[in-house]
Amino acid sequence: MCTTCGCGSDEVKIEGADPHEHVHADGTRHSHTHEHAYVPAHTHSHAPGTSAKRMVQIEQDILAKNNAYAAQNRGFFAGRRVFALNLVSSPGSGKTTLLCKTIEQLRGQQQVAVIEGDQQTSQDAERIRATGAPAIQINTGKGCHLDAHMVGHALEKLDLPERSLLMIENVGNLVCPAAFDLGEAHKVVILSVTEGEDKPIKYPDMFRAASLMLLNKCDLLPHLDFSVKEAIAFARRVNPAIEIIEVSAKTGAGMAEWLDWIERKSNGE
Amino acid sequence: MHEMSLAEGVLQLIEDAARREGFGRVTTVWLEIGQLAGVEVEAMKFCFDAVTRDSIAAGAKLEIIATPGTGWCLPCGETVALAEVYGACPRCGGYQVQVTGGKEMRVKELEVA
Repeated sequence: MCTTCGCGSDEVKIEGADPHEHVHADGTRHSHTHEHAYVPAHTHSHAPGTSAKRMVQIEQDILAKNNAYAAQNRGFFAGRRVFALNLVSSPGSGKTTLLCKTIEQLRGQQQVAVIEGDQQTSQDAERIRATGAPAIQINTGKGCHLDAHMVGHALEKLDLPERSLLMIENVGNLVCPAAFDLGEAHKVVILSVTEGEDKPIKYPDMFRAASLMLLNKCDLLPHLDFSVKEAIAFARRVNPAIEIIEVSAKTGAGMAEWLDWIERKSNGE
Repeated sequence: MHEMSLAEGVLQLIEDAARREGFGRVTTVWLEIGQLAGVEVEAMKFCFDAVTRDSIAAGAKLEIIATPGTGWCLPCGETVALAEVYGACPRCGGYQVQVTGGKEMRVKELEVA
């Protein structure tokens, strides 16, 4: 049973159960294991006569296990100099389109790999693979977010080149993914202008957890009553340090600034 | 928010402790849950019962210790009570408040047999 997510492993499906041998750019071929040393609990009393009750101090964070897996993923990324971003938003904000456009614009300059999280289907991973980038789909089943354990297993199946950019597209949900560290360098929250300006104060944890807010679908602004100024003010209220870039994945506006942000942050700024 | 995942996390900490401390049954679990942690206590109890069925914590009582939401208001220069996360300071109405307490989600103690 999967030990971190909110559902049994029978619910979580990760594409591609094949052995994970792969070839690097320099021609070396090797295979990895990336197993979590988890031993299922098998505890029983050997002394039924001694049933005296006692207290045991625990004092541990409930998310400690997830955070330990996240640290493991972070070490894996550091070892390969991979720059990982965790993309979060509501459903329908345009994450996948933005990702496809980002991959297209980085072609020839930066290798990109993608982990896609959705409750069901592998449609998004297929859209990404159509751009030529390696992608793996995680279906969370009943789960409402990706956790570090699922991502760790997805990494076993993903051909992740050294120094690549890994984009983890989380399940469309502005609540739960805020609490689960996946080992990423930054969370990037995408808010589209077809949503309300007040989303940052309605879902403060997510906007607080993010380093960058991409305000997407800005090409639609002339047709809407959306106030960019107000949206930015709400985002800054919950997170004074958040960076904000206005983009349109459709027209390409703001994309240069977004790519520049990725480059600066991946260089350790 | 994601009480099912949290309940799974609690059970895992319990099972880890059982291996470490060598106990076979848990009768009471004390959780410290901050008022700003976004955890619905009733949902947590329901999920805890569901995930602990057939485990060493089956039928265990879940006790919730609620910790109050507090923040440090920069303009006021003092600790204030916070009813919602990233909410306004009840004294000055400003939003320059740093949450200092109430986001805890911890397994505190167990009564075991």
